[in-house]
Amino acid sequence: MTAAHTSPARPAAPDQDAVPLVEVGGLRRVFDLSKPWLNRMIEGGGRVTLTAVDGVDFSINRGETYALVGESGSGKSTIAKMAVGLLPPSAGRVSIDGTDVWGEKGADAMRRMRRKIQMIFQDPFASLNPRWRVQAIIEEPIKAFGLIADPKDRAARVGELLSLVGLDARDGQKFPHEFSGGQRQRIAIARALASDPQFIVCDEPTSALDVSVQAQVLNLLRDLQERLGLTYLFISHNLAVVRHVATRVGVLYLGRLVEEAPARELFAAPKHPYTKMLLDAVPDIEMEGKERLAIAGEIPNPVNPPPGCHFHPRCPFVMEHCSTDTPPAHLVGDAAVRCHLFAEDRAKTR
Amino acid sequence: MTATLSVRNLRVEIPTRAGVLRAIDDLSFDIAPGEVLGVVGESGAGKSITGSAIIGLLEPPGRVAAGEIRLGGERIDDLGPDQMRRIRGRRIGMIFQDPLTSLNPLYRIGDQLTETILTHERLSQRAARDKAQKLLEEVGIPAAGARLSAYPHQFSGGMRQRVVIALALCADPELVIADEPTTALDVSVQAQIIALLKRLCSERGASVMLITHDMGVIAETADRVCVLYAGRLAEIGPVRAVVKHPQHPYTHGLMSAIPSLAGDPDEELAQIPGAMPRLGAIPDGCAFNPRCDHAFARCRAERPHPYSAGASDAACFLHDPDPARRPPEPVARAAAARGIAAADETPEATS
Repeated sequence: MTAAHTSPARPAAPDQDAVPLVEVGGLRRVFDLSKPWLNRMIEGGGRVTLTAVDGVDFSINRGETYALVGESGSGKSTIAKMAVGLLPPSAGRVSIDGTDVWGEKGADAMRRMRRKIQMIFQDPFASLNPRWRVQAIIEEPIKAFGLIADPKDRAARVGELLSLVGLDARDGQKFPHEFSGGQRQRIAIARALASDPQFIVCDEPTSALDVSVQAQVLNLLRDLQERLGLTYLFISHNLAVVRHVATRVGVLYLGRLVEEAPARELFAAPKHPYTKMLLDAVPDIEMEGKERLAIAGEIPNPVNPPPGCHFHPRCPFVMEHCSTDTPPAHLVGDAAVRCHLFAEDRAKTR
Repeated sequence: MTATLSVRNLRVEIPTRAGVLRAIDDLSFDIAPGEVLGVVGESGAGKSITGSAIIGLLEPPGRVAAGEIRLGGERIDDLGPDQMRRIRGRRIGMIFQDPLTSLNPLYRIGDQLTETILTHERLSQRAARDKAQKLLEEVGIPAAGARLSAYPHQFSGGMRQRVVIALALCADPELVIADEPTTALDVSVQAQIIALLKRLCSERGASVMLITHDMGVIAETADRVCVLYAGRLAEIGPVRAVVKHPQHPYTHGLMSAIPSLAGDPDEELAQIPGAMPRLGAIPDGCAFNPRCDHAFARCRAERPHPYSAGASDAACFLHDPDPARRPPEPVARAAAARGIAAADETPEATS
């Protein structure tokens, strides 16, 4: 553990090291779950809203992998959709390479910006059109962005992409159903790479795969990152997987980032009580018969989250003001922790 | 002592237009009273089909083509549907992956529990309802009395799975088959459910067949583990032995491919090349031979049967008692290159 920040396996280009490619600031998304207007008038009852993402800030440096972890309902996928421009945020902004994803721009600027962003989805059985040949699937982004006009050159590029992800160039003539789950995910990766993106959002890319295949896909993603200098936003609920891919990790709980730290630090010394519990709850083959710490309770309903710190009803270190005051982000070393426990530490050091 | 469940040379076939597929081929294992046997494998390995074959709920045209299944010494694979129905629920409890689909959304939880209790026991309506409430309390549902009149959708995922566990245990079965009981749940809830299942079954002395793809869950829950590959047994043995000193090359590859919270995160994950064959295209000889580092001529011609290997049994010629018939190459080569203890190394060399 000598080099805490630079990981030997994933060197970033030195001159670009500290330049964030992706910046997310004050991101917020509220969904309206109210009944239709007429029903509200007749039956009574006001508007019902769900705050899926509540003021999330983070930035991702070039060539790094930022992982968002959290349980279901924590807002992981909502953030992913806003980051790629599939879902407009209620407030806040996402900028990629200095361009605001949701800024008002001409169609051309928008198109140029979108080319830099691609997404890999969880289920490779749902994300590939079963009636298209692999060739057509992969060249779709190339056509859509008008990158290569000549069909022959395009076919050559598709062959190149296929061999880049470890498939045969001739596989382009096949249909998705002829491939296994892991191979399909490789096709999805090839499609994502087709527009020569800088930033790829991976939404649970290995959750639908078996372990032996999961390892193949994770290694491939890492390999591609090294070769092409890609930046990843990696979304997962599997902490062991995140530990293997991430440079920085953000832990989400009910739409808020409760802890954000370099991956090594987060796994070596988790600070937020929720992060600690989450790490203790993971079943691990290296457990050596260690009893898992069962977390008390379940994630509360996000429509009506507990006031103050959302985690306080389940927290073993709960204090009086936890139920009234929302904790700000306290800086502890390289980590930002939203927990009142760390407010004191800070006062002391001052 | 008779095993709670004894499966011998089980073969499950699925006739299709393209020919008869063998979903399970020559599978044998026992579950001792009070034991938790984990069944792991990748999707399509035959884990769930094994479970369905035992409870007699194979989806047609799938059928048990050969072999025997004995529950407490009695054969159950040749029973008629009516007799089987009496065993299901009463002697074998079942827990499925998705708690939302295993509960009827139109009936209140209390009614579903009492109905199940009354099917298996001669009790008055009132006594059955009391028992249902006690069961709900036992599985850790707060305000159990009031929750009896709630519908499944009013429960969270974890609470619903608790109800399903209560349903499975309401007739005090001797065997509980849990098919991916925690896969649909979040990690924090998963730990609670696993702990609950383990505690309740050990209190009642019920044996458990825990089917899952999550080796982590098996490692902390099971006493023994049975690893399936392409419908065949790869390895069976005590869970610590299989996790720490896997004897079959497939198990070995599988264990090294699992990302762990220990170990160096910057190291590449070991990967097994290729994917598990489809049922219609299982190679001759050992089903794993095209992906195996040790494969030699015999592996492609002859199918290995389980040999005793350390604390486990592994279906691999590496463990043939006759050294002359084992693979000729140095066994440790590929594994050592990945920095993992080879299948036949001593425990000390593992770390």
